[in-house]
Amino acid sequence: MSLLEVNDVNKAFGGLKALNHINLSVKEGSVHAIIGPNGAGKSTLLNCLIGRLIPDSGTVTFGGRSLIGVRPYEINQIGVSRVFQTPEIFGELSLIDNVMIPSLAHRDGTFKLNPWHRMDGEAEIRDHAMSNLADVGLAEKSEIIADSLSRGDKRRLELAMCLSQDPKLLLLDEPTAGMARHDTNRTIDLLKEISERRGQTMVVIEHDMHVVFSLAHYVTVMAQGGVIVEDRPENIKGNPKVQEAYLGGAHL
Amino acid sequence: MMNFLDKDNLQSDIVLIVIFTIAILTMPIWLQPFGAAYPDLMQKFAIFGIFATGFNILFGLTGYLSFGHAAFLGVGSYTAVWSFKLLGMNPLPALVLAVIAAGIFALAIGYLSLRRTGIYFSILTLAFAQMSYNLAYSVLTPITNGETGLRVLRSDPRIFDGNGSETGPLVANLFGIEMTGLSGFYFCAVVLILVSWFAIMIFRSPFGLMLKAVKTNQNRMGYTGLNTRPYALAAFIISGMYAGLAGALMCITDPLAGAERMQWTASGEVVLMTILGGAGTLMGPMLGAGLIKYFENIFSSFNESTLESVFHFLPEGMREAAISVAGLFVGEGWHLTLGLMFMIVVIFLPGGIIEGLRRLAKAVFGRKRADDTPQRGGDTAPTGH
Repeated sequence: MSLLEVNDVNKAFGGLKALNHINLSVKEGSVHAIIGPNGAGKSTLLNCLIGRLIPDSGTVTFGGRSLIGVRPYEINQIGVSRVFQTPEIFGELSLIDNVMIPSLAHRDGTFKLNPWHRMDGEAEIRDHAMSNLADVGLAEKSEIIADSLSRGDKRRLELAMCLSQDPKLLLLDEPTAGMARHDTNRTIDLLKEISERRGQTMVVIEHDMHVVFSLAHYVTVMAQGGVIVEDRPENIKGNPKVQEAYLGGAHL
Repeated sequence: MMNFLDKDNLQSDIVLIVIFTIAILTMPIWLQPFGAAYPDLMQKFAIFGIFATGFNILFGLTGYLSFGHAAFLGVGSYTAVWSFKLLGMNPLPALVLAVIAAGIFALAIGYLSLRRTGIYFSILTLAFAQMSYNLAYSVLTPITNGETGLRVLRSDPRIFDGNGSETGPLVANLFGIEMTGLSGFYFCAVVLILVSWFAIMIFRSPFGLMLKAVKTNQNRMGYTGLNTRPYALAAFIISGMYAGLAGALMCITDPLAGAERMQWTASGEVVLMTILGGAGTLMGPMLGAGLIKYFENIFSSFNESTLESVFHFLPEGMREAAISVAGLFVGEGWHLTLGLMFMIVVIFLPGGIIEGLRRLAKAVFGRKRADDTPQRGGDTAPTGH
């Protein structure tokens, strides 16, 4: 059963067709990678999924519900969390605060006026946040300020923030960009474990083929705003269309 | 000794509020050596402490810099005087009504202004405040009594005042206690303690954490499932209510409300107080408010003879030189001192005087902790989880 259904989506910026009749179907419990050269429209597609951009035409449905024109915070509340390419975190707050905010949002909804509660009474939320920080290997840094982290650590923090919400669909925009090799491997292992343990549905944009082929169940290849091919990873490598998109038709 | 400021569990909050309560209630004693133990002035400290504390809930937590908070001060004052005129001289209904009126006013202004952020938000709030100020002078004269100011008259209905009070003085009267002198101060002090306690609650609550999130990254908040607008609006309304409360307290001793209370200089003053003391800290804004009011009232009254007694240990020629140099900074020149102090704080202590005190405490008491890993931000002090 597919959780996310993208149907004939178009998006143009002036004369540039960023998305051209895109179709995408993400099955529940699968890891779906989107690859393609720079400017292929991968991030634009993700932006259309989370309400940052509204497609010019076409439909996006999530669990049977249309996402077109729905506000970003509502899309998140129905179960879509995203890790951005440039980390979007609460830079002036501690790591633990960073993770508690999405947990609270998950529990309390889009707005709650509760100045008479105390954060130190929120032991459950705190424990949950700590275990999510531990999952990404940042538990011992829980009290430091998020801005002082390295870029790789910021991305892992953002991942912990998204995971703390138990999303139905996790969108990852180049989750390993800017990470050292061993951090990349740790992140792959973590994502793999989440995928296997929770059956987490994920859409991953990735440049690093090593990441794609160790994680993905399905791969969609995009180029110049269109989908070239969608297939299982083992069938992607030898596909001549993919080679053409990536290597400009040179034969290996 | 300052360690309790860095922790944020319930016990340390209780310690903080107890120390704070004692400090406020003993002001008439420990302000003596500073020459500031007048009930009038201490009442001002308390009132502006409330104003700055409320402003800090908006500016310190959410980062929205309102440049029109004096409008709520004015609304609070007018409402309180009308309450005195119509309902009688009891300050309690006046305070409640002022808070409600300022809240409604803040809802309207905040709803419109919060559509923009940064400098545009500040300009919008400034525009609304100036509008209110000018309206109070012109169109709204039937409500505000224009330039003369709104005051309580003997002929006013004051329906809940007994017959006997008709001859009494026209000051607020809390079940027989006249709000003048020390009792006026203590009334304001109790209100200050209550609303400070509420501010601490906000700082420590999930709601307060969300307000800090508004300041840090609104995009992330949206993609995290949080609607930023009602959070910012709630902070705006709460801080407007604090301002309304302060405005009402200004009228208890002298039941007079004038439009000049809404002028932009009054809005700017609370910004100065908050930044000077330390925006986003619990006690900073109150400290800033006290300091500025102290300068305005005490420092400005220093004159040549005061300086003469300070410098009389110097030899003849040097004494004159010292007095003429120092004379620039006191009396009429107190703004110069304040300006310099403000510059020093903004440049060297972005966390305000509170940060200065914390650094000092660290240097004196906490040398052994100096090699700790960086813990929390220096500039947004004991914000808590």
